[in-house]
Parts: sequence; C-alpha cells; structure tokens
Amino acid sequence: MSASLTAFAYLLASVCFIMALRGLSHPKSARMGNIYGIVGMVIAIAATVALPGVVSFSTIIIGILIGGAIGTVIALKIAMTALPQLVAAFHSLVGLAAVFVAGSAFFSPEAYGIGTVGDIHTGSLIEMSIGTAIGAITFTGSIIAFGKLQGLISGKPLVFSGQHFVNLALGILLVLMVIWLTVSESQTAFWAIVVLSLVLGVLIIVPIGGADMPVVVSMLNSYSGWAAAGIGFTLANPLLIVTGALVGSSGAILSYIMCRGMNRSFFNVILGGFGGETAAPGMEDLGDRTVRQGSAEDAAFIMEQANSVIIVPGYGMAVAQAQHALAEMAEVLESRGINVRYAIHPVAGRMPGHMNVLLAEASVPYDVVLELDEINNDFTSTDVAFVIGANDITNPAAKTDKSSPIYGMPVLDVEDSGTVLFIKRSLASGYAGIDNPLFYQDNTMMLFDDAKKMCENIVKALKGSGH
Amino acid sequence: MDPTKLADSAARIATEAQSVAEQAAALAQDATHLALTQTAGSGDPFVFLFTVFVLACFVGYYVVWSVTPALHSPLMAVTNAISSVIIVGALIAAGPDDWDISKIFGFIAVVLASVNIFGGFIVSQRMLAMFKPKK
Repeated sequence: MSASLTAFAYLLASVCFIMALRGLSHPKSARMGNIYGIVGMVIAIAATVALPGVVSFSTIIIGILIGGAIGTVIALKIAMTALPQLVAAFHSLVGLAAVFVAGSAFFSPEAYGIGTVGDIHTGSLIEMSIGTAIGAITFTGSIIAFGKLQGLISGKPLVFSGQHFVNLALGILLVLMVIWLTVSESQTAFWAIVVLSLVLGVLIIVPIGGADMPVVVSMLNSYSGWAAAGIGFTLANPLLIVTGALVGSSGAILSYIMCRGMNRSFFNVILGGFGGETAAPGMEDLGDRTVRQGSAEDAAFIMEQANSVIIVPGYGMAVAQAQHALAEMAEVLESRGINVRYAIHPVAGRMPGHMNVLLAEASVPYDVVLELDEINNDFTSTDVAFVIGANDITNPAAKTDKSSPIYGMPVLDVEDSGTVLFIKRSLASGYAGIDNPLFYQDNTMMLFDDAKKMCENIVKALKGSGH
Repeated sequence: MDPTKLADSAARIATEAQSVAEQAAALAQDATHLALTQTAGSGDPFVFLFTVFVLACFVGYYVVWSVTPALHSPLMAVTNAISSVIIVGALIAAGPDDWDISKIFGFIAVVLASVNIFGGFIVSQRMLAMFKPKK
C-alpha cells in the first residue's frame, strides 16, 4: 500500500471517529455513531497491517484474538452498576499500551522512521518521553481509581503531610529525566521516566475522595487521549494525533462539567483531600429539630394523591441496585395518570451520565429523564419530590448557608415541591459531611430503609390499595 | 620546473577542484531543500503535525459540547475505545518477523489495545441499546 493511500485511509478513520462522537448528540443517532467508530477502527487497523514493514500476521492475529476475547467477555458480563470501575480499568490499559508503544519506538526507532538506536531525532525523544509519562500516569492513576470505585481501596482521601511537596519534587525530577533522555538517549533515563510517572500516577489519585470520582474518571479519560496524541507525535502519525486530541478534549470538557456541577475548581478537586475527613456534624443538635418519619404505606398514600412526581436519584440508588424497583414504582404511578419524571444532577453517581444509564437499564424512557437546568423550575409546580440515594445535590444549604462547604454548588430545588419523600438508611450526612436542613422541613417525610426494599414496599402498598 | 612536481601540483589542483565541485553540489541541494520547505510553508514536520493537533482539539471541543448529558457515560466508553487506536503504533512494532524487545512490547500493546477496542465498543453498544423513547 502506498504511503499516500495509507494516509488517506487514516484520514477516513479520523472522520469516522468524529462522526462517532457526533452521533452521541442524540440517543437516536448514537447507535449509528458507535458503528462509525467501529468502521473507523477497522479501517485504521487494516491500513496499518497493509504497511510493507508489517509482515508477522500470525503474531498480530493472535494478539488481537487474545485481547478481543478478554474485552468481549468483560463487556458482555459487566453489571451496569459497575460501569465506572470498568471505564477506569479500560483507561489504565490505554495508558499501559502507550508506554509499551513508546518503549518499542525507543528500542527500534528505525521501524517508525524516527532515527536509529543511539541517534533518535531530538524532537521524537521529547514527544516520546511526554507520551510515556502521560501513559504511565494514566495507568497507575486509573488503577487507583478502579480500586476506589470497586471498594478494594478505601474511598476516603489518603492525605499525608508534605504530599504536594512530594508531588512537586517528583514532577521536577521527571522534567529533569526528560531533559536527560533528550540529551543522552540513555536507557536509564527512559526507565526512570516510566517509574517516576507510575509513582506520580498513584500519588495524584490517592488523595481524592470517592465522591469526586466523576472528575477523576473524566480526567483520566482525558489523559488517555493526550497519551495517544503524544505517541502520535512521536510516530508522526496524524490519525493518532487527531484521535488523541478528540478524546483528550472530550475528557477535559467532562471534567469541567463535573467541576461546575460541584462549584469547585479543577485544581481544588485535583489537590484533593475533600470529603470524608470532616467528622459528620449535625447529629448532636438534632434535639431542637424534629424529623417526620413515614412508612412505605404513607409514601404510597401521598403519591397516589399527587398529580405530578419528580424522582431524584443519586449514587445510593446504584449501590442498592434499586433502579428496577424504582422504575416499577414509577410505572404503577403512571398507570394511574400521575406525571412521573426524573431529575438528574450532573454529579449524581460516580461517573458522568451514570444515572441515565441505570435508568435506561430499568427501561425508563429517556424523554422523561431531564437535566438539572431543564427541570429545576418545575419543582414549584410539583406535588411530590422523591429523593432516592441522593443527599448533597438536594441540600438547600448550598443556596443559603455561606459557611457550608458546598455553598454555591448548583442543587435541585426539591424543597419547593409540595412534599419531599426522602429515602435514606439513617440520618447520617452525605459525603461532604454536611447536615441537610431538608430533613427537618415540615413538608419532608423521611423513609428510613434500604432504597430497593422501600421501593418494593411502596409498589406493594400501591397495588394493595385496590384501584 | 621538475616535470614530476608539475604533475603533482596538477593532480592536487584537480582534487581541490573536485572537492569544490562537491561542495557546490551540496550547497545547491541545500538551497533546493530550503526553497522547497519554504514554498511548503511548514518548515518542520512538527509544525504540520501540531497544526493537525490544534485543529482536532477545536473539532473535539465543538463536537463534545453537542453531546447530550444523558449520553455522557457512553461517550466515555466510546472515547475509550477510539483512543485505543494507539494499536496502530503497536501493530508496527509487532509487525517484523524477528522477536526482539520491541516486538514483545508491540505484541503486549496489541493485546492491551484489543481488550479496549472490543470491550469499549461492545459496552457502548450495550448501553446505547437500552436508551429508548416513550412508547
């Protein structure tokens, strides 16, 4: 295959990838978008395999078969509630692959036309070391994120004194190693870059709390893109550069949206230490405030009388696997002519769009699932707000209490609705360790139970009430 | 004048003339190279690649902002799958017949990237298949 034909195939693949992302602008076009992505990938692989230097087809086919089989089995078996950790695990693989590709370019540069061993072009060495560093950081960072999401590592932020200083020192050392590699093309420098970046990846993610994971997962998504782009510069491959830039900017935008959803700056999240460390206050001053407690029957009775209900799901719904029971409850209510909709906060769950996928899994049609901006004004005209597994994203203190750590964070105005039904295991505070004044409001009824059990009991009560 | 000396100096002049000619040829080649790169207007290949990179960032920026928030999870899965296009570099490394350290690295990278490609696209397809409008 001639060089320009390969370049043309790569261009075609790049266009397919752009179309794949474009398709995601609407659920209707999204599946077609995914097909574009697959076609682009097939074109890219086929064009590369047709290169004259690529002759060992058996090795390649075996590699793709092994990887493909593993990927297929995992993707088919994974539960939708475990998506965030799956995505984190996949990011780690991209990072590691980038390190290996950079390594092979370092040891046989002639295969990529970037010089010979001992005489690699200076520019290529710089690009290679950047690609390697980002790849290695993505790899270990994603593994830590995976561990936190899977519950293998405590979700609490791990902070030690002088942490930022250590990171800074490692970062400076990393830059020095890149310079050393560029000047000397030393193997020691290459491996030093790999090791330093692996350590840095761990240290960057360890201090970030479990509930900040939506930002972390988006950020690692972004990193995996920049790593691919870095390798693309090393290999002078425009396809890798274009794809890396697309993925990198996608992850960066998602991180921005998540940070905005928490009213925190990106650096505030990255520097970490938020969530978990503050002891939960609020329990001791319970004395002067009363909580109205209700049963599943009470909840069923209140909702039967309503004309409209807005359901506000949070991470607790995912933990309790309550989405199916919740959807059944909504269906029963709808069958009685009650308007049921869902309100999704940008940072509900552990990854962007987490709640939407879980509701879709429970066959909730996407047109009744609305974003914060779309639905927030409707709470005033709604009879019942049903909060399930969410807490901080409904906390009115974010609007009124300037001393609150979440002051300024956009929240769902559930308190404006006629009645707030709030499912919760106990009166413990949310991840930010902040008491929620919503619990003590006159129009709030607390439903203390497991989210799934409560939904099932409400369904029973609704069906039993003989309509 | 000694005839042998004369012959010697003649030979010396001839070699000098030859080296001057070679230098002139090299200079001419440099000049054409310079002229060519100047007409192309992109001196270094890095500048060309960087141009592609910056333009792609802009495309990514506008395309991703148009993604509906409801599909942000599938977006992550799809971007994860397509960032595995890094397999292109891995295939080149795994391509030669002889097993050396580069080929081993390349093979490992092919396996890792394949896990992502298949896993990413399949899990996206699974997610997207669940999104249905109201009947």
